[in-house]
Amino acid sequence: MNAQPGAPEALALEEASAAVGLEERPLPARAEPDGGSRVRVASGQGFWGDWQEAPKLQVRRGAIDYLMLDYLAEITMSIMQKQRDRNPAAGYARDFVPLMDDLIGDLLEKEIRVVSNAGGVNPEGCRSELGFAFADQSLPRRPRVAVITGDDLMDSLDDLLAAGHELRHMETGEPLSAVRDRVAAANAYLGAGPIIEALGQEADIVVAGRSTDTALTYAPLMHEFSWPDDDWDRLAHGVVAGHINECGCQASGGNSLVDWREIDLTLPGYPIIEAEEDGTFVVTKHSELGGRVTWETVAEQIVYELGDPREYITPDVVADFSTIRLRDLGKDRVRVEGVAGRSRTDKLKVSIAYHDGFKAVGALTYAWPDAVDKARRADEILRGRLRHLGLEFDEIRTELVWAGACHGPLAGPPSDDLPEVTLRVGVRSPDRHAVSRFSREIAPLILAGPPTVTGFAGGRPRVQEVVAYWPALIDRGVVESNVRVETMEL
Amino acid sequence: MRVRLREIAFARSGDKGDTANVGLIAFRPSIYPFLVKEVTAERVKYHFKGICEGEVERFELPNLRALNFLLHRSLGGGGTVSLMLDAQGKTFATALLRMEIDVPDHLLDGSAD
Repeated sequence: MNAQPGAPEALALEEASAAVGLEERPLPARAEPDGGSRVRVASGQGFWGDWQEAPKLQVRRGAIDYLMLDYLAEITMSIMQKQRDRNPAAGYARDFVPLMDDLIGDLLEKEIRVVSNAGGVNPEGCRSELGFAFADQSLPRRPRVAVITGDDLMDSLDDLLAAGHELRHMETGEPLSAVRDRVAAANAYLGAGPIIEALGQEADIVVAGRSTDTALTYAPLMHEFSWPDDDWDRLAHGVVAGHINECGCQASGGNSLVDWREIDLTLPGYPIIEAEEDGTFVVTKHSELGGRVTWETVAEQIVYELGDPREYITPDVVADFSTIRLRDLGKDRVRVEGVAGRSRTDKLKVSIAYHDGFKAVGALTYAWPDAVDKARRADEILRGRLRHLGLEFDEIRTELVWAGACHGPLAGPPSDDLPEVTLRVGVRSPDRHAVSRFSREIAPLILAGPPTVTGFAGGRPRVQEVVAYWPALIDRGVVESNVRVETMEL
Repeated sequence: MRVRLREIAFARSGDKGDTANVGLIAFRPSIYPFLVKEVTAERVKYHFKGICEGEVERFELPNLRALNFLLHRSLGGGGTVSLMLDAQGKTFATALLRMEIDVPDHLLDGSAD
C-alpha cells in the first residue's frame, strides 16, 4: 500500500476535490463487442485477502462492464474497527488502493466501473488514500469516486437503544444491552439504493461500507436496466447472480469437488455474470483463463452458506432459491432463469461485533513411532500443568491434526503407524492472563515431555482477542434516512 | 450395494455463526428422490454425533437435485470464538459424503437415466 495520509493533507485533498464539483458530462458509452444489450458484471474478489491477480485478469483478459469486489465477511468489520481505533486513517480494505492504482488507467480506457465494499468502517479514508494514489498518475480524465456512508451505527448505538431498538440477537433473542459495553462494531447491511445513486452520479468507482455482498452485483443491473425496485422476480435473479459472484472463484471451479484434478486453477478466470434486461443471466468466465464454469460448479456455489432456500433475505427482495433453473450451455456457460422473488421486509440486518474474551492455540508435532500416543500423552501433561497453575478456561480443545481433526469420530480411530501427528490445543477465557500463561506452557513440552517432538519454530502462541458476532434486525427507516452518497473527482 | 454417499453425490459446506450448512447435490437427476428418502435430517444428525450438538434441519431443492442441511451448534461457537481447526465448517461437506448407504444398482450405473 501507499503511504498513510496525514490528517491535514487528507482534508486538504478532500476540499480540493470537492471544489471540482460534479460538472455535467455525457454518460460513458459501454463497450459492447457482442452488440447485445447484456451487462457483464465480473467478480474480482470474494473476501479480504483473496487473489490480487484475479481482478486484473478480469479487466485485461476480456470484455466486462462492471468489476465487483467483495471484501467483507461477518467479522471483517470488527477487524477494521480495531485498525481504525489505532489509526483514524485506517479501517478499510488496504489491498484495494494499490489494486485501483494499478488498474485505474485500464478502467477509464475501457469504461469499466468498479463496485466494492472496500470502505469497511472508513470509506472516506479509503477515498482519501485513492486520491493520493491517483494524484501521481497521468490519466485521460480524473476518476470519479463515490463514497457511501450511513451503515455505521456505532456512534448512534446508545440513541437507538434508548429509542427502544433492542437489537435482539437473531438466534438467542437476547437484547443487545447484555453486551453493550463490549460492542466493537455495529453496521447495517445496506441494499442497492445507495449504489444505484452513486452510479447515477456517474461514479467510476463506488466505495461502500457494509453493503450487502449480493447488492454489489445486482445494483449495477438495476441501474443499467432501470428495473423498478419492486420487480421482485428480476431482483431475485439479481440476488442469485450476486450470490454466485460474491465468493469469487468458488463459482468457477475453485473448491469444486467434481473433477477437481482436471480443473486448471493456476490462473483461473473468476465468474462473470452476463445479464439480460429480463433478469435472466449466463454465468461464464474469460475463455483464455483457467477455472471451469459448469452446472456443477454453479450449483455448488448456490448451496454455499445457504439457509432456508425459499427465504434468501436481502435488503431489497426475498429470493426463492428453490425456483432457480440452471442449464449448462457448454463452453463454460451456464444459464440461470426462473427465479421467483417476494417483497422485501421492513427490517435491515445489523452486523454487530463484540469483545468476548481471549484465546490462543498452540501446536507441536510428534514423529513416528507411536505419534498419536505421544501427542495424547503431551496433552495430558499440558492439562495437568494448567490445573497445577490453577488456571481456568471456558474451553480447552484438543485436536490431533493428521488424525481426525477435521472429521472427528467420522474419520475412525487413527492408525498407530502414522508418520507424524500434530497436537493442536486451544484455550479460551475472559481472563487474558490465563490465556497468556497457557501460551508459555507449550514450549516446555519440547524438553519436558514425550520424545521426538518438533514444530515450534513459530514461537509462543499468540494471544488473540475473541470478537463474537451478534446478528440483529432494525427498522429500515431508522438507518436509511442517514445514508449518504457523495461522488467527487480525484 | 453399500457405498459411501460420495459415489452418488457431491457437496459444499460453509458456516453461519455456530451453524454449519452442507449442500448435498445428486450426480444425476435419478438419484435425487433416493437422497430425499434416505438422507433424512435424523440420519444426518446421527452421522454427525459427537460433532453436531444441536438440531439438524433439512431443506429440499428439487430444482438443483439438492438437499441443504443446517447443522446447529456444530462449530465450537463459530466465528472467532471457535477453537476448532475447521471453525468455518469447510470440511463438513466431505464428512457428510463419508456416510455409508445401501444404493440400488440401477442408480449406481446410471441405467435409470
